[in-house]
Formats: sequence, structure tokens, C-alpha cells
Amino acid sequence: MPNGHSIAAHAGDLGHGHDPGHGHDAHAHAHHPALQHHFETLGQQHEASTLGMWIFLVTEVMFFGGLFAAYSLYRIWYPVAWAEGSLELDIMLGGINTIVLIGSSVTMAMAVRSAQTGYRKATINWLLVTMALGLTFLVIKFFEYKHKWDLNHIPGANFQFEGPHAPHVEIFLSLYFAMTGLHALHMLIGFGILSTIAWMAYKNRFSPEWYTPVEMAGLYWHFVDIVWIFLFPLLYLVDRAHHFA
Amino acid sequence: MSGHVAPKSLYYSIFGALMVLTAVTVGVAFINLGALNFPVAISIAVLKATLVILFFMHAKYSSRLTKLVIGGAFFFLFLLLTLTLTDYMSRGWHTSPRGTTTAGQLQRTDAPNGGVAPVGGHVEPPSPVQEGQVEGH
Amino acid sequence: MTTITTELPASRNYLNHQHTVASWLLSKDHKRIGILYLITVTLAFFIGGLFAAGIRIELTTPQGDFVAADTYNRLFTMHGIMMVFFVLIPAVPAILGNFVLPLQIGAKDVAFPKLNLLSWYVFVIGMIFTLGAMITGGVDTGWTFYTPYSSVYSSSNVFMTGIGVFITGFSSILTGLNFMVTIHRMRAPGMTWFRLPLLVWALYSTSLVQVLATPVIAITVLMMALERALGFGIFDPRLGGDPVLFQHLFWFYSHPAVYIMILPPMGVISEVIACFSRKNVFGYSFVAFSSLAIAVFGFLVWAHHLFVAGISPYSAMVFSFLSFAVAIPSAVKTFNWTATLYKGAIWIKTPMVFVFGFLGLFLVGGLTGLFLASLGLDVHVHDTYFVVAHFHYIMVGGAIMGFFAGLHYWWPKMTGRMYSDSLGKLSGLLIFVGFNLTFFPQFVLGYLGMPRRYHVYPDEFQVLNVLSSAGASVLAVGYLLPVFYFLFSLKYGARAGDNPWGATGLEWKTQSPPLPENFPVTPIVNEGAYEYSKREMKVA
Repeated sequence: MPNGHSIAAHAGDLGHGHDPGHGHDAHAHAHHPALQHHFETLGQQHEASTLGMWIFLVTEVMFFGGLFAAYSLYRIWYPVAWAEGSLELDIMLGGINTIVLIGSSVTMAMAVRSAQTGYRKATINWLLVTMALGLTFLVIKFFEYKHKWDLNHIPGANFQFEGPHAPHVEIFLSLYFAMTGLHALHMLIGFGILSTIAWMAYKNRFSPEWYTPVEMAGLYWHFVDIVWIFLFPLLYLVDRAHHFA
Repeated sequence: MSGHVAPKSLYYSIFGALMVLTAVTVGVAFINLGALNFPVAISIAVLKATLVILFFMHAKYSSRLTKLVIGGAFFFLFLLLTLTLTDYMSRGWHTSPRGTTTAGQLQRTDAPNGGVAPVGGHVEPPSPVQEGQVEGH
Repeated sequence: MTTITTELPASRNYLNHQHTVASWLLSKDHKRIGILYLITVTLAFFIGGLFAAGIRIELTTPQGDFVAADTYNRLFTMHGIMMVFFVLIPAVPAILGNFVLPLQIGAKDVAFPKLNLLSWYVFVIGMIFTLGAMITGGVDTGWTFYTPYSSVYSSSNVFMTGIGVFITGFSSILTGLNFMVTIHRMRAPGMTWFRLPLLVWALYSTSLVQVLATPVIAITVLMMALERALGFGIFDPRLGGDPVLFQHLFWFYSHPAVYIMILPPMGVISEVIACFSRKNVFGYSFVAFSSLAIAVFGFLVWAHHLFVAGISPYSAMVFSFLSFAVAIPSAVKTFNWTATLYKGAIWIKTPMVFVFGFLGLFLVGGLTGLFLASLGLDVHVHDTYFVVAHFHYIMVGGAIMGFFAGLHYWWPKMTGRMYSDSLGKLSGLLIFVGFNLTFFPQFVLGYLGMPRRYHVYPDEFQVLNVLSSAGASVLAVGYLLPVFYFLFSLKYGARAGDNPWGATGLEWKTQSPPLPENFPVTPIVNEGAYEYSKREMKVA
């Protein structure tokens, strides 16, 4: 049931139960173009969208969670290999990427705010900056991967690594590629989503009355940022103090 | 539809806090805290994530249901990690020298001091040359 | 055939307002999507049944004379995959849930109708991949895909099947998400949580599980597929990987998955038993909360599938205890259903036949689960036919019976037609008898030591195996019969009125088949879900 977010004009409808269906149906058809017909009000629709997106993010947490479970076990079992593997990663590039991605989260929040307050040009601009930062992240990632390729550090048939812990380092790197690869895939999808939203903003679809897609895209983008906030220390900062290796 | 409009200054302050925390996490990583490095790094990450969730994702200004959903996600993730890892951590506890389970036997062939499990549950896994786990009969 | 009302055929309804193929394949109407699922799930059921037939034919004789060992491995694997992922998981939620949920809460549709359609397409694409893998050689790893056999050594179509299962999982996730938002945000005025039909509570609990558990198997299958295709090392013991980790992650989903399979049919049972006892479900709030309890507790027991895989005995003890605990809410439901029957005005139509079947078979299945939860006993019967019998009692005797109860209950609503009640009852009887004949001997076989997943067995087990295979033939007839009388009813069945069973529930307050928009006017709710005492209406 919508709770309090309904537009004030729709008094006496849902939640109060006195009006057996007339009145608000007629009103509903002088409605906002974004209102879908199975919803009574924009408020109800917005609440449904918001809850839906949060539940989707829950599924994403569990999705990445399986990888975190595997990571945790093997980090406990193979601390030396984990140290060796992590030290092979470029902390500078990882750090820059972290700053870039957190920055893109700020710009995304600003984009949502601009949509919320009705500034169309600002919305588009903030979205474009967010996308540019996202692209920067992916480009840096590409170079990191390429470097790994050159060193034959990609797990599989051509894997080569020095030292007695090589098989366990291969597990570390398998998880590294699985986790960062999945993350990068999510960023690519996010990029697609943001382009769509930017296009919709360009076409003047959003207003303070309805900017839900921008907000939903924001939630998704922030989630992708949060995953990286965990990936960075888990992968890049395992043993920089050389306790194990 | 009116959501809560946060002031720009809030977003910039949170960004600042996140940058500081990133610097801290990198800095602390170079200090040898032994076994503490991992929990410290995770705690900082959790703090950063909390800031993003509360302020960038507006969870602070959202309904109770939203907060419940967010809590639920982390609760079930916690279940997955804990109940799986506690299995591994508790293998070899109080196992007799001959071993009563396959887990005990594997540990025995590997351990440097002749098969006595270290108290506290750290289990040395088999090296790749050893057999994998024996499937139950 | 029962003649119900003298109403004229429904003028405009969701079936006849648009006729083109496109209007079906691009429909965002939850009712049409439910029918689409009905068609694809029925197809999957018969494909899975064919594999089962192959298994039972081979097992009529102790020798491996029908198929080679390798082929047999493929048969039981593919039987399991089809039945678990393409029948049991979607059956009640995606077919009956899709159709009935918005009607029961007084909504025009689910929260995200386009996503609902996408869920169906994702399901179909996953099924195409999986069937493709089966046709081009099949999979032989068991539906459980244990590593390293699946990820390293098997030469069958593991990768393609893994991708198929991965894709199909998203159908389940999206449906669960859709239902949760629908139930939270789209209830009609006056429809408070405690006035909801118990099916809605069951679907909500199921959706919780779908949303939280399915992503874990998705990532696990993905990891296995990456290991297989790219040589990534995650479960490979040659690199120090742990196959038991795969099992932990696999069962973290697959145990809660069985609750996805059983919770919705339990919800159906509550609905049907109330109607056919003309009584409120005893202990409504206990039944409602027990659905939630089963959903949550179901996440705490998965390692009972790993009791003999080498987990720590302490971990095993904890999981054993929790596995006993999870039986409690199910027992609560069973007691409450029985109490509902007590002093009820019981009348027996086909749906109720399936309810009675469910009650008996689910009881046996549930109790034998306790045997398996007991550590010492599990060591003896793990990987034997005892386990096979246990889960078939729950999944077929429980879940499929529940699904059939629901299908027979809501068929008049979905199609506006009545089917032959005598044939329906006959089908129920054949299924019940056939089922017991098929699976009860398997308890004995398992206890005597016959292992599962073998195409040969010692001679002394033959009699019981022949009984089991004979039972399977009866079962097959029982399942084929509804195809005929349901299809027949579409053209020749008596027209059903709004409420042929005189049942409570918003879905029965509107026409059969319903309008595309469900209700001409948004209903207002001011009474509980099962106010049968207020009902005067009797049905012929």
C-alpha cells in the first residue's frame, strides 16, 4: 500500500477505503504520461520501482557473495599465495580506479539531484561525467588485464608463475579475474543504462514529478561502486606490509 | 512525487570522507599488523559502503521496508560466509590421532608435527600432490 | 459433468479480447503469461517423464541391458535437471501464482508486467539451451554437477547445460522479485496482511527464497563453467581447490530450492482445504508465519547434503539439529490442515482428492526427512534409494500433487470451463496408487543398501525394482489423463460461473475467465480470507 507519498490531490483513494472505485479512476486518466495503467498513482509506481530495484540489488549481493565465499576460504588456506598474487597487482592503478569510481558515484548522486530539482541540462551533464569516469575505470582495467596477459598470468592453459605456490596463486588469479571481470561486466551494463537515461533526459522526459529512472540508475551505479570498495582491499591490499611474502 | 533533496554540500562531504578512508586503507595496508590487517581493511570497506548506502543511495531517508531489505541482504550474505567457513575452521578439532573422519586423516598426513591438530582450528590444507577429498561411502 | 450456472458465456475476457499469436507472445497480462508457462512447464514435465521412463525400464532387470552405463548416467542427470529447474521450481509460482496472485489481492496485474513477460522468455531460452545440450549428447554429472568431474573430467555437454541452468535461474529471480513488490505495494484497499489468502503468504515466502538463494547457484554454476571452459582453478584439487566448496555453494541454493518447490503447493493446499471443508483454516496466523519460518530456516540446513563429504563433525551436528528444527513449521501446517478438516463440512471434488493425496504423501516424505537429518542413519542411507524415495515423496507426492490440486481448483477460473470431475478423481486415484507403488519399494531398497545412480544392481533387489517400474506405468497413465480431459473441457466442458466451488477469495468474485484488467472496479476488502461461516451458498 502506498504510504504517504501519494500526491495530495488524490485524497480519499487507497488506504482509506471509503471510495468504491469511482472518482479516482476518472482522475487517474488525466494522468502523467509515465503512469502505467496497473498502478493507481505515480507515488505507488515510484514505491514499487524503488522496492523492486532494492530487491534486485539484494540478488546482486548474493550473486557476488558466492565469489566472496570462495575467496574467504582460500585466503585462509593459502595466505602466502594470496600475498604473492596480490603483490603482483598494480596498487597505483587500483587506487586511481577507486578514486575514479567513488568520484563517479558523487557525480551520479548529483545527476539524480539535478533531475529531482528539474535541471535538465545539469542532469545530462552530470550523467555524461559519470559515464566518462566509468569509461576511465574500464580503460585502466583493460590495461591491467593486458599486462597480466603479457606476463602469462591469466589462469588456464598458458599460466606461468614462479615459485612453489604457483598453483594456489592460480586460484587467487582465477578469483581476481572472476570478481573484477564480473564487476567490469556490471559496469558495462551500467554504462548502457546511463546512456539510455541520458537520452531520456535529453528528450525532456524527467521532471521533479517523475524522475524515477534516474534514481534507479543511481541505485544500480552506487551498488557497482560498493562492490569495488570491497574488491580493492580484498585483491590489491592483501599483504603490502610483507607479513606473509 | 517528492523525495528528500539532499544539499550538494552533503555529497561533497561524503566524497571527502570516502577519499580520506581510501587513503587510510592504503596507508594501513603498508603497516604490518599481522592478522589484524584483514579485519581492519574490511572494517574500513564496510564503513565506506555504509556511507554510500546511507547518503548516496538515500537509505537514511528511505522507508523502514527499504532498510529491512538492505539489512536482509547483508544478513543472508553473512549466513553464507559464516556457516560455510565454520565448517572448514572446525575440522580437526579434538580429533583423535588416528582420526575419526576423512577430514582428520587428511590433516594428519600434512601437518608438520605428526598429526596433532593445532587448537583454534587453523587447518593446513592438502598440497596439490595429495589426493582430493574422499567422497563418502 | 457438473453443470454449474445458467450464465451466458462470458462476453469479454482475457482469452478472447485479442486473438493473434503476437497478442499472446507479447502479452503483458499476468493471466496469459501464466498460461504460457503452463504450456512450457507441461512440455518439460513430459520430457522429464520420458527420461524417467528410460530409467525405470533399465531398472526392471538387474543387468545393464537396456542402455549403457554412460547413457544411464545421462538419463538420470537429465531427468533431474528437467524436473528440478523446469518443472518443480516454476510450476506453482509461475503458472498458478502468476494467474491467481493479482486476482487474490485485488490488483490489475503484477508490479512489473513487462518483467513478467521477460521472465517467461528467459525461461524458454534457458530451456532451449538445456534441451540443446541434451539433444547433442547430454550431461552425465548428475543434476548436482559435482566438481571436479563436472568442471574437469566429464566429456559431456556440461558447459552448455550450465549456461542453460544459469539463464533459467534469472527467470526464477525475476518472478520472485515481481511477486514481492506486488504483494507489498499492490494490495487492494482493506487487504491488510492478515486478510491475505494463505497462498499469498506462501508465494511471498517463496519469493524471498528465490531472490536470496538463486543468485548463489548462478555464480556457482558460472564458476564451474569458467573452470571448465577457461581452465580457471577454483574447485580443481590439482591446484589446491576444494570440491567440497562447490558442494557448499551448490547446496546453499539447492536446499532452499526445495522450499521454493514445496511452499507454494502448501499454499494451494490451504486454499483448497478451506473451500472443501467450508471452514476457515485453523490457526491462520500460525500457518502464515510458518511459511516465513520455513523460508528462513530453509537457509540454515544445506550441509545435511554434505554429511559424508568430509565436513567437520561439529558442523554436521549443528546442521543436523537445524534440519530437525526446520521440520517444525511444516508439522505446524500439517496439524493445522488436519484441524481444519475436523468438524468441517467436507465434500470431495477432484481438487480435494489431490489434497488428501498430498496430506498422506507429504507426511511420509517429511518424516523420512527426519531419518536423513539424523547423522548416524544418514551415513547408512546416503546415496541410496532411501534418499530417492524421500525426495520423490515430497516433490511428487507433495509438490506435484499440490500443483494438480491447484490446477484442478482454478481451471474453471482460468478457462471458464468445468472438466469431468469423475475423470479428475480417477486421475487422482491412479496417481496416488501409481506413486506409492513406484516409490514405497524404494525406501526398502535404499535401506537394504541399493545405491542410487547405478544402472545395475544385485539380483536380490529385482522384485522391488519391478514393483517400482510397474508403479511408474500406472503413474504415467495418471499423468496423461488430465491432458485429455483438460483439453476436452476447453471446447466441450460446461461453462463455469464466477464461483463454481462457492469459495471465498477475490478471484472468485469476478467472472470466469476474468477480464483482462481483472476487476471492473477495484474491490474493497472488509473481511478475512476464509469467512466460510458467513457463506450460505451451496454448490450443486
